[in-house]
Amino acid sequence: MLLIPCPWCGPRPEAEFHHAGQAHLTRPAQATDEAWAAYLYLRNNPKGPHAERWRHLHGCGRFFNCRRDTVTDRISGTSAPGAEAV
Amino acid sequence: MGGPTSFSAWGLLRRAFGGAWGEQWRSPEPKAAYDAVIVGAGGHGLATAFYLASEHGLRNIAVLDKGWLGGGNTGRNTTIIRSNYLWDESAAIYEHSLKLWEGLSQALNYNVMYSPRGVMMLAHNQHDVRVFRRHVHANRDQGIDNEWLTPEEAKVFCPPLDIGRDVRYPVLGAALQRRGGVARHDAVAWGYARAASALGVDIVENCEVTGISRGLDGAVTGVETTRGPIRTGKVGVVAAGHTSVLMAMAGVRMPLESFPLQALVSEPIKPVMPCVVMSNTVHAYISQSDKGEMVIGASTDVYPSYSQAGGPHVAMHTLEAICELFPSFRRLRMLRNWGGIVDCTPDRSPIIGLTPVPGLFVNCGWGTGGFKATPASGHVFAATIASGKPHPIAAPFNLDRFRTGRLIDEAAAAAVSH
Ligand SMILES: Cc1cc2nc3c(=O)[nH]c(=O)nc-3n(C[C@H](O)[C@H](O)[C@H](O)COP(=O)(O)OP(=O)(O)OC[C@H]3O[C@@H](n4cnc5c(N)ncnc54)[C@H](O)[C@@H]3O)c2cc1C
Ligand SMILES: [Zn+2]
Repeated sequence: MLLIPCPWCGPRPEAEFHHAGQAHLTRPAQATDEAWAAYLYLRNNPKGPHAERWRHLHGCGRFFNCRRDTVTDRISGTSAPGAEAV
Repeated sequence: MGGPTSFSAWGLLRRAFGGAWGEQWRSPEPKAAYDAVIVGAGGHGLATAFYLASEHGLRNIAVLDKGWLGGGNTGRNTTIIRSNYLWDESAAIYEHSLKLWEGLSQALNYNVMYSPRGVMMLAHNQHDVRVFRRHVHANRDQGIDNEWLTPEEAKVFCPPLDIGRDVRYPVLGAALQRRGGVARHDAVAWGYARAASALGVDIVENCEVTGISRGLDGAVTGVETTRGPIRTGKVGVVAAGHTSVLMAMAGVRMPLESFPLQALVSEPIKPVMPCVVMSNTVHAYISQSDKGEMVIGASTDVYPSYSQAGGPHVAMHTLEAICELFPSFRRLRMLRNWGGIVDCTPDRSPIIGLTPVPGLFVNCGWGTGGFKATPASGHVFAATIASGKPHPIAAPFNLDRFRTGRLIDEAAAAAVSH
């Protein structure tokens, strides 16, 4: 189980959180089929450093960004949305 | 070159008096060029190579793997085989597979121990009941066997099952596919490897693909590997959890996320479990191996990862469910626990076919449930690579469906993992 540092509540067990997918996806301004397919479905799915979102569902309820290595699962940092990326 | 000797009762008898079986497939050095290169020597990649050689006459081909053959999800899965999916497109490919399973040991001259002992899917709430009955009706239309059982009938089919009402998720009924069952995972990889190798296919282990080379026109010209470059005009990526990594080498982003999925086996006990039982609502998948171990499948972790491990609390959750469904298993000790990396698509259906890059083909997205599809997946993918056009059964599973919106949504249909 991961120990995830919520930017507001501090380190908490993974069971309190909901994984909310790849971070920094922006809704396309132009609704072409390609742009929508990319926004809805295409993912980087990298083997290594990954920017993702979590929600502290059973805590403060807030979304935040997280940087985790998908090989070691080590979290290098979390940050509030809109704050400088970690 | 001459393949290994054919297995027969006579051969078995003769070796009872001594003599080695010999190697079952060659371990060649990679050549400088092939007519086609398959990346990934799991069951799907090896089956693809076997059908390319046996049905399409392509024998100057290679299957490359970064590890040993069958060391990926093929050798890590809980081997549940069934074809009672909801949508017609799925029914077509999984039923094609079930038919191939039925004759596979003969076709490969290798005992894959396919055992159609019945797969029973438990319903625990009104939603499950409605969804499974809908499956039973859809399957009847498709000509696929699937029948509805009352809790009492389920108990007769699987005596260790507890159908008492005083549990958190009582059994309200079950959908049973009698032709479903299990097979020996390693034997599937070994059988396809042996048969493909005998037809001239080079299987190269410990050979990681690190790059996909392309010409000025964008078409594939070869692959870079840890054992040197290999020229080829056709590359088939069949790399399960690592598909996104490989496709990124050709600049293609995929609708995939890779998750750890776990399984466990118990200490071996006398035969007690006559069938396969799966329950998605409580996340438990269980059958008994011929060695006597309980083979148990758990869920994926909630976050993408390549760690090939998975959190202990995920396996615990499944064991709690198993203990409630099968109280007599409560004191069993677990012997081993492991994980595989599964590649999940948004609609939980596979992707089989062409890609935006000429000469590059992909077969992936089988996620948590592709072992059962191994023969059909290889069969239709081989036809697709050989002709350059999607096989009719593979056609709906094209990559473009995520742009056109023609999804094959088995995720919403049942959300069953295996
Ligand atoms: C715990 C678990 C339980 C499961 N239970 C079931 C079940 O009950 N029923 C069912 O139908 N399915 C089940 N599945 C899913 C099933 O195992 C897979 O869908 C199926 O085996 C995938 O086969 P494959 O040949 O595509 O992949 P794999 O067997 O994973 O083969 C892919 C190969 O690609 C190789 N590779 C990756 N990257 C590279 C590279 N860069 N260069 C060279 N080679 C590379 C890997 O080493 C690997 O050998 C389960 C999976 C797991 C993990
Ligand atoms: Zn919080």
